[in-house]
Amino acid sequence: MLETAPFYLTVKLAFLTTIILFVLGVPLGYWLAFSRFRVKFMVEALVSLPLVLPPTVLGFYLLLAFSPENALGKFLDTYFDLRLVFTFPGLVVASVIYSLPFMVQPLKSGFTSIPKAWLDAAYTMGKSRRVTLRKVLLPNMKNAMLTGAVLTFAHTVGEFGVILMVGGNIPNETRVISVAIYNEVEAMNYGVANTYSLILVGFSFLVLMVTYFINHQKNSLLTYD
Amino acid sequence: MIDLQLKKRLTGAGGDIFLQIDCQMQSGEIVGIYGPSGAGKSSILRMLAGLMVPDQGFIQVGEEVWLDTSKGINLRPQHRNIGMVFQEYSLFPNMTVLQNLEFAMEKGADRKLTKEMLEIIGMRELADQRPQLLSGGQKQRVALARAMLRQPKLLLLDEPLSALDREMRKNLQQYILQFHRDFHLSTLLVSHDAAEITRMSERLWVLENGSFVYDGEPNLYFT
Repeated sequence: MLETAPFYLTVKLAFLTTIILFVLGVPLGYWLAFSRFRVKFMVEALVSLPLVLPPTVLGFYLLLAFSPENALGKFLDTYFDLRLVFTFPGLVVASVIYSLPFMVQPLKSGFTSIPKAWLDAAYTMGKSRRVTLRKVLLPNMKNAMLTGAVLTFAHTVGEFGVILMVGGNIPNETRVISVAIYNEVEAMNYGVANTYSLILVGFSFLVLMVTYFINHQKNSLLTYD
Repeated sequence: MIDLQLKKRLTGAGGDIFLQIDCQMQSGEIVGIYGPSGAGKSSILRMLAGLMVPDQGFIQVGEEVWLDTSKGINLRPQHRNIGMVFQEYSLFPNMTVLQNLEFAMEKGADRKLTKEMLEIIGMRELADQRPQLLSGGQKQRVALARAMLRQPKLLLLDEPLSALDREMRKNLQQYILQFHRDFHLSTLLVSHDAAEITRMSERLWVLENGSFVYDGEPNLYFT
């Protein structure tokens, strides 16, 4: 039986992850692009870690960290009444960590591509870093912002290992599409699995196509050349 | 009066040089800084602007101390009353010509001034164009006007005309001199063009290997 809940959960998860990561990614990308902090490379390595780690490794440690048996999980449970194991909020936190490099790397390259002299010009005009970020930097790196957002969204839609570890397979709570497909295959319902899968393929292809189309447009909404 | 004492080790393509200068300029003067590339000319302007911090230094403009490393004073660029024009224009492509000018204004400042400035640089018709569509000379006129809008005490010009052809240069030189006079500025002009410095400035500082080897009239040095 094809259900709508997995679709809804997937889109909700991807949407929330993208928004949260954008808010976190802008300052982090800015810092990585402009800071002269000596051990910056360590932070860079940490941010990129989810790219190379098997999702199960990440999921495993998140599961341990979120568990009410352990310090972090106990703290969240006691003071915020927040349970992150096998819950939707847990998926959001896990996805934010898992997709971090997909948002931060494009934003960092976006910041790096801005000529340094633009910053100097804005500062000598009395503009603070914050105003310069909002009025000069971000408007001139819309390409990077779009790429970061699309990659994050798409990557979250495609998550499986981390979700299964942290969220399990609970209908209407943590059963996103990728898990639902796995579930149907386990139950030998290949027809339903196929329908889910086809929809996912079509959706992913469409999102990427639209992104590349916009990126290739000259004089588009994204660039000013 | 502007009092300038700077010490800084600079790392360049040709190895390290030790910049060490101690000089004064009068208010209303226009001083040209000349010297081979990599001598540290731009670094002096950047330190004046607060974009670069010297290892040791003291900068006083009029009554205000902008930098005193011995007392830990270092005004941020935002708080130094300067106008700066860069070789590469640095206009913001996401804003029109007019918006570029308006961006420079303080919050709540009189917007009439931007319109007047557009008139002065003869670009009223191009107010709504994006800067990418302008010629090099037009871009630099906008950049100059933008630097003037904050009514700075000190105008810093970092090779502003190097990317322009002869005719454009002459035209821009006129604007710079006009602004310098009309706004009672003190102006520092970095250039590697001897003719330009002779034409523009009353006084010349020649920088070689990090220190001034000449301070006087441009004519006497270049003949």
